[in-house]
Amino acid sequence: MDLKTFKIGGVHPPENKLSAGVAIEAAALPKRAFIHLGQHLGAPAKPVVQKGDTVKVGTLIGTGEGFISAAVHSSVSGTVFAIDSVIDASGYKRLAVIIDVAGDEWEPSIDRNPELKKEIALDQKAIVEKIKESGIVGLGGATFPAHVKYMVPEGKKVDTIIINAVECEPYLTSDHRVMLERADEVLVGTQILMKALGVGKAIIGIEANKPDALELLSRKAKDYTGIAVQGLKVQYPQGAEKQLIKACLNREVPSGKLPLDVGCVVNNVGTALAVYEAVQKNKPLFERVVTMTGHKLPKKANFLVRVGTPIAQLIDSCGGIPEGTAKFINGGPMMGKAMVSPETPVTKGTSGVILVDGSDAKRNAPGDCIRCAKCVAACPMGLEPYLIEKQAEYALWEEAEKEDAADCMECGCCQFTCPAARPLLDNIRLAKSNVMRIRRERSKK
Amino acid sequence: MSNYIVSLSPHAKGPLTTEKVMWGVVIALMPSFAFSAYYFGIRGIVVTLVATIACILTEFVIQKYLMKTTVTAFDGSAAITGLLLAFNVPSSIPIWEVILGAVFAIAIGKMVFGGLGRNPFNPALLGRAFMLASFPVDMTTWPKPVTTQWLWNMGASVDGTTAATPLGYLKEGVKMGESVTNLVAASPERFDHFNLFIGNVGGCIGEVSAFAILLGGIYMLYRKIITWHIPVFYLGGLALITGIFWAMDPTKYADPLFHLLAGGAMLGAWFMATDMVTSPMTVKGQILFAVCGGLLCGLIRMFGAFPEGCSYSILIMNAFVPLIDKYIKPTRFGKEVNYG
Amino acid sequence: MSAMILYPVIMLGAVAGIAAILLFLAAKKFHVEEDPRIDKVAELLPGANCGGCGYPGCRGLAEALVKAADKGDLSGLSCPPGGSAAMKAIGDALGLAVAETEPMVAVLRCGGTHEKAPRTLTYDGAQKCVIAHTVFVGEKGCPNGCLGFGDCVTVCAFGAMYMDEKTGLPVIDPAKCVACGACVKACPRKIIEMRPKGRKDRRVWINCVNTEKGAAAMKYCKAACIGCGKCVKECPEKVQAITLVNNLAYIDPKKCIACGKCVLVCPTKAILATFEPPKPKPVEAPAPAPAAEAPKQANVA
Repeated sequence: MDLKTFKIGGVHPPENKLSAGVAIEAAALPKRAFIHLGQHLGAPAKPVVQKGDTVKVGTLIGTGEGFISAAVHSSVSGTVFAIDSVIDASGYKRLAVIIDVAGDEWEPSIDRNPELKKEIALDQKAIVEKIKESGIVGLGGATFPAHVKYMVPEGKKVDTIIINAVECEPYLTSDHRVMLERADEVLVGTQILMKALGVGKAIIGIEANKPDALELLSRKAKDYTGIAVQGLKVQYPQGAEKQLIKACLNREVPSGKLPLDVGCVVNNVGTALAVYEAVQKNKPLFERVVTMTGHKLPKKANFLVRVGTPIAQLIDSCGGIPEGTAKFINGGPMMGKAMVSPETPVTKGTSGVILVDGSDAKRNAPGDCIRCAKCVAACPMGLEPYLIEKQAEYALWEEAEKEDAADCMECGCCQFTCPAARPLLDNIRLAKSNVMRIRRERSKK
Repeated sequence: MSNYIVSLSPHAKGPLTTEKVMWGVVIALMPSFAFSAYYFGIRGIVVTLVATIACILTEFVIQKYLMKTTVTAFDGSAAITGLLLAFNVPSSIPIWEVILGAVFAIAIGKMVFGGLGRNPFNPALLGRAFMLASFPVDMTTWPKPVTTQWLWNMGASVDGTTAATPLGYLKEGVKMGESVTNLVAASPERFDHFNLFIGNVGGCIGEVSAFAILLGGIYMLYRKIITWHIPVFYLGGLALITGIFWAMDPTKYADPLFHLLAGGAMLGAWFMATDMVTSPMTVKGQILFAVCGGLLCGLIRMFGAFPEGCSYSILIMNAFVPLIDKYIKPTRFGKEVNYG
Repeated sequence: MSAMILYPVIMLGAVAGIAAILLFLAAKKFHVEEDPRIDKVAELLPGANCGGCGYPGCRGLAEALVKAADKGDLSGLSCPPGGSAAMKAIGDALGLAVAETEPMVAVLRCGGTHEKAPRTLTYDGAQKCVIAHTVFVGEKGCPNGCLGFGDCVTVCAFGAMYMDEKTGLPVIDPAKCVACGACVKACPRKIIEMRPKGRKDRRVWINCVNTEKGAAAMKYCKAACIGCGKCVKECPEKVQAITLVNNLAYIDPKKCIACGKCVLVCPTKAILATFEPPKPKPVEAPAPAPAAEAPKQANVA
């Protein structure tokens, strides 16, 4: 099979897929679960339970507020201990429902029969409603509420669904394992998504460093109409939405526009599985696969984790925090966030946790820019990171806007490749947020 | 227990650091250094070492005592300047002149602008231009390469065997109204492509052997320190302009392969034009920069007052880099859309 | 011989003459008519171009002032560093009355020194508060407190601020502070507040902006306002300058009489005063502090 890729920029960080061969196992239930109400992009959910309420696994505990928001369900059974601020991956405390776990009693409406259910009974509208009710968000890391993508505005036409199974981030293997162990569910999930949009074509994009998954899905996809599997070259950021569309369909999403504008919807492979479970088994999104990895971590694992489980508990079941660990990354090493504390609970967006050793955790001391042009060559959006960094230093936001700073997707290629270890992306993010601010102010006027 | 580290993404670090880049270039210059030792004897080694040490010391003194900033004199960038400066002078040059050139290159060429990454011109070339203007005779008297008694050859000019470089010989001859065909016939060894390739000709310390420079260039490409664009397009530009004139009249103009191998074209294309600080940031800009540099070099060689135009062509193009960076932008993703 | 000197002189003289005529014509042609009052007003401004007035530099404010003077009302425009003295002079020059403004000073509202709030995390990245603020709560764990990378110090155009290495907090020199407000804008956590200088330089303020519950705040900072409300009770009944919102006390400078009683009751010593507060004697009337000590910032601890 010929491998496709995007055209400009990109880097190739060491893959380090240490946990690729470890099968998914269910993590132990936490004693106390901390379920954040804002686990998704957009407005946080509004709590609908109170202190002392009894909840079951799958009970709705927060309803989505506004257009871009998602519902939150309990991942455990027990009683609500409190609704209080708990540290989350953003580095700040956010409102969460704290539940004391007792037993493991599921909502009776959830079908726990593991048998594959292929027939899609629901119609187009009901599927989207189900996705919304089940609180499904993009599980790749951006946590964009999934149902919003399927409410196609008037006048827009979608012809293709792309399932993002690239997993271009080093270390992470959760999507890889899902594909290997739940291939049929993923494929049925893809068919549900195709039905939700009324399109006849879906492409599953898989990076070539997962030949087993590529082979398995290619074989199984033959039984499903309209699903094609596309092998992709190993290159970061192959799994970035716009780059993936470019690679699979050779369509370029215009600056400031959405995949919808080129007739695409992109969803993560984990999301496809969640959609399958929601629509066919009536199971809301309250658990996900989390990769536990790190060079010194005694046991590498891919856990099926209930949302709200403290990460410290997962680390304990992998053998505890190894000596010399200096950083915990929530997500991949290129785009993930360093966590303030290992007590941070797992959310819907936690694709993996990486424990980084002391010397690797510290950035190199930044030096002067040597104008080596590596950042410009690496930027997949065709920007000039060195220039935007300079503009951020002198607060030249109008100029940064002209240099398309807002197009940056924060993939981190520039900073990764910089020999002078300059904090390029830190400053570009600052420029980006200021460009957004002046745009908002301008549109108000 | 020490504090946990919190930082923004990316958390992964790339393979290169400034030191690795700079010392990588130094390693890439080593084949040329070895060849120069072979051809020019101890004198060649001494000049190279003096220039390198003078450059590092100058940067150290300026950073430590004048600027009072962190000393980065040992990151390899000053060593590159020193090596390149030495490679651009004849081995018979008086030592004090080399030191003066090195001090000028670092102090005026680099540190007055704020140090690494801020100088608009290649410091080594600026040093060479300064020396060429100050000591024109010493800078244009080349000892013959000696391959037999090289160990005893402390100063090639001592025994009086000097030799015009192929380019110098060509220029002088053409000025006299001699045709190229006759010049080649009179001194075939100077125009022998193999001699030029391995460096068995008169010239500056490090520029004579195209082979050694190519080795270094391939090493830099392998380490991903440079990209292929600038050297290829620079040499391409040079070959293009000299090739056009050669095709028009082979009796008046030398062939393009001679121009590629002779003089400083190879050294300039692989080590001077690719200097990161003074070359454009975008691939498109680099191609424009390199092609124009190559064309200029050929024009100076064929029609200018100097026999060699490589260093001036690069210096002139250096001056255009800010302009190129301002107007030549990379292809932005999603700006020139072909769908929807 | 004389020709050798004469010709160059004539030549150069002619060139100079032609250039002078051209310059003169150009100056005439491209002359921009400008209100002479703008120059006059600009001269009366301090010329620091700090931007504290909200205009790009002193000339920008001068233009705005002259424009406003044509409408006959200077209210709303002011030069924070120049203070009322500069505004009065400008008002005189423009023939308009200027309302007296109270002199202000920037006040830091965080007591999270290395000692009181030890660093439990290490930030690794661009050393700017605005960036660190987007990453996490801060090295000491306080979501509201000073991040300590000195964005405020960087923007201060008057050298009135410096970073104290010992405490990890910026220090404002009230003598040099001209209340331009640049630091207030630069701080992503809104820790610096512009407060009136106060009569005889007597000021009292809460040295904290943390809104978390007392117990939570005390976990990471021993100098946090825990919202206990003791100061509210201590504030004289007629004054009632202190309010408690979101677990955080706030002293209204307009109401505060700078008696200093609250300073003494605060259990975390989160209230600061620029003067020595009265000794805790059961005396009703607060004894005014000696004038000599008044300007000294006695961080009562």
